[in-house]
Amino acid sequence: MAVKRAGFFTDTSICIGCKACEVACKEWNGLQGNPPDVLLDSYDNTGQLDAENWRHVKFIEHMPASTNQVNQPTSVAGGQAWLMMSDVCKHCQHASCMDVCPTNAIVRTEFDTVYIQQEVCNGCRNCIAACPYDVIGFSQATGTAHKCTLCYDRLQNDLTPACAKACPTQSITFGDVDHLHQLADARLLALQKQGYTKAELYGRDDKVYGGLNNFFLLMDKPEVYGLPNADNAVLPGRNNLPGYLGGLVTGAVALVAGLVAFRRRGESPPPPESAPVPVGVGPSESPAAAEAEAPPPAPPPEHRRRLGRRP
Amino acid sequence: MYLAAEHFVRAPEWTWLILAYFFFAGLSGGCYALGALLRLAGRPGDEKAARVAFLLAFPLIIVCPILLTVDLGQPARFWHMLIDSAGGDLNFKYWSPMSLGVWALGAYSVFAFISFAEALVAPVRALLAGFLGRLVVIVGGVLGLFVCAYTGVLLSVSNQPVWSDGWPLGGLFLASALSGAAAVLLIASRYRPEMAPTMGRIADADRYFVVLEAVLIAVFLVTVAAAGTLGKLFGAVGILLWLVVLAGLAVPILAHSRQRPLSPALTSIVVLAGVLALRAVVIFGPQS
Repeated sequence: MAVKRAGFFTDTSICIGCKACEVACKEWNGLQGNPPDVLLDSYDNTGQLDAENWRHVKFIEHMPASTNQVNQPTSVAGGQAWLMMSDVCKHCQHASCMDVCPTNAIVRTEFDTVYIQQEVCNGCRNCIAACPYDVIGFSQATGTAHKCTLCYDRLQNDLTPACAKACPTQSITFGDVDHLHQLADARLLALQKQGYTKAELYGRDDKVYGGLNNFFLLMDKPEVYGLPNADNAVLPGRNNLPGYLGGLVTGAVALVAGLVAFRRRGESPPPPESAPVPVGVGPSESPAAAEAEAPPPAPPPEHRRRLGRRP
Repeated sequence: MYLAAEHFVRAPEWTWLILAYFFFAGLSGGCYALGALLRLAGRPGDEKAARVAFLLAFPLIIVCPILLTVDLGQPARFWHMLIDSAGGDLNFKYWSPMSLGVWALGAYSVFAFISFAEALVAPVRALLAGFLGRLVVIVGGVLGLFVCAYTGVLLSVSNQPVWSDGWPLGGLFLASALSGAAAVLLIASRYRPEMAPTMGRIADADRYFVVLEAVLIAVFLVTVAAAGTLGKLFGAVGILLWLVVLAGLAVPILAHSRQRPLSPALTSIVVLAGVLALRAVVIFGPQS
């Protein structure tokens, strides 16, 4: 079952929030998980993706404005008031984490997935600052960054990733991305025919980070699920050019300012080298400081113009 | 609860060590750049101040790699920044400010050391007289300015709120670093009387840098406000830090306008506190 471009199609419309994917992921990858936490009245007791949670079933207890649909659950209202989504690293085609990683610890594998080489990562955490999906976590235990590997070791042995294997509803489907696209298109069409007009595919096309190997069928807008929409799915590198240009312009202006200050004539005659330390920030321009400074003979103009001449 | 904003990210937990690095790197790069400017474009009497600037720039920069290494999760792998540990090739990614910055920091440190040695040891000074010496100072000065500015770009090239919303950070950190470096030289002049002929003009330059910094702070805040993330910079601690930043901007101007000037040491300490506070509010605000 070797795949060229490995990925997941996660159909959130049939996720039942059982968290089998989370458990399977932890078991296969030997993740300890975090100490139990209380997340108010949510069914979500994982909280987030991090170094110990590479799968996270999000529970979005989102009550729509129209109370009619909530109080009268129908097939149309379903998927609106209570959304569930098994979140995971998206293995972006244009991966922000890979772009900024200074050690080349983050690489693209032969399965077209994004992988953090644990023996190379030095724990600078630049990838965490860059990831737009809050996926990567830093482990104090290993001193490195961690995220879903898409079960790289299982892929190497022609095995289905643990989460997809465990998913009882086939909400998580593993396969070659091109094949998954076909499945997703058919499922979206079927849902739209059933009246789920808000259903959409996220990451199926290249509008979001060049396309996501792990893409989703959502039942509401991406931002409801904590995902940046196509307008906001931007790479960190967008600020390289304006950032450096801003620095360059500032440097040029500062250089001119420094030249103006350092080559000013007339009002700032230098005191003799044995003069006492000035008492003000502008000793040559303040009356008190001017008195303290013995005015030296004014150097001739041509002398002042000699650049870089040292005594 | 999920916010309808564009940032769905986690803070990288860059905290005190990174703040200290940004501070010292800025002061070092700024000192070197001012020293270079004084040597190349100043008066003959400015040479002594230039030497003091070079004497300060190197000690200020050597603490930086230590800070950065200690901040790593795996400090023993610091060299992975430079060399691909898997293949043995050099790691140089010009599109990653952290990669570019590490190389620039290394190159700048070499030039800072050369100028430090030149300022300290007469034979080295003789060796670097003339064109070679000027070339060293020019290249070192450019690298020094880069080290001041790239730290801001490093923050901008992320998907964090405020940082990635505020592209002027590179220029802002540069202007702030130059102001801080001028303050360091003013403090040094208390102990090096031979710098006296230059101090008035360094104070003049500082006022220009402060004005430039104030303009860039305004531009930065406008860009952040436009992205809707301004609130992250103005928590209770943030407001206090901004007041310190404001004091650091105002004091050099006020000191100059007073009939009886303020103590340069006091003025400089306030300026340095402002430089530190600016970096603190920018680093910590969005991560809180």
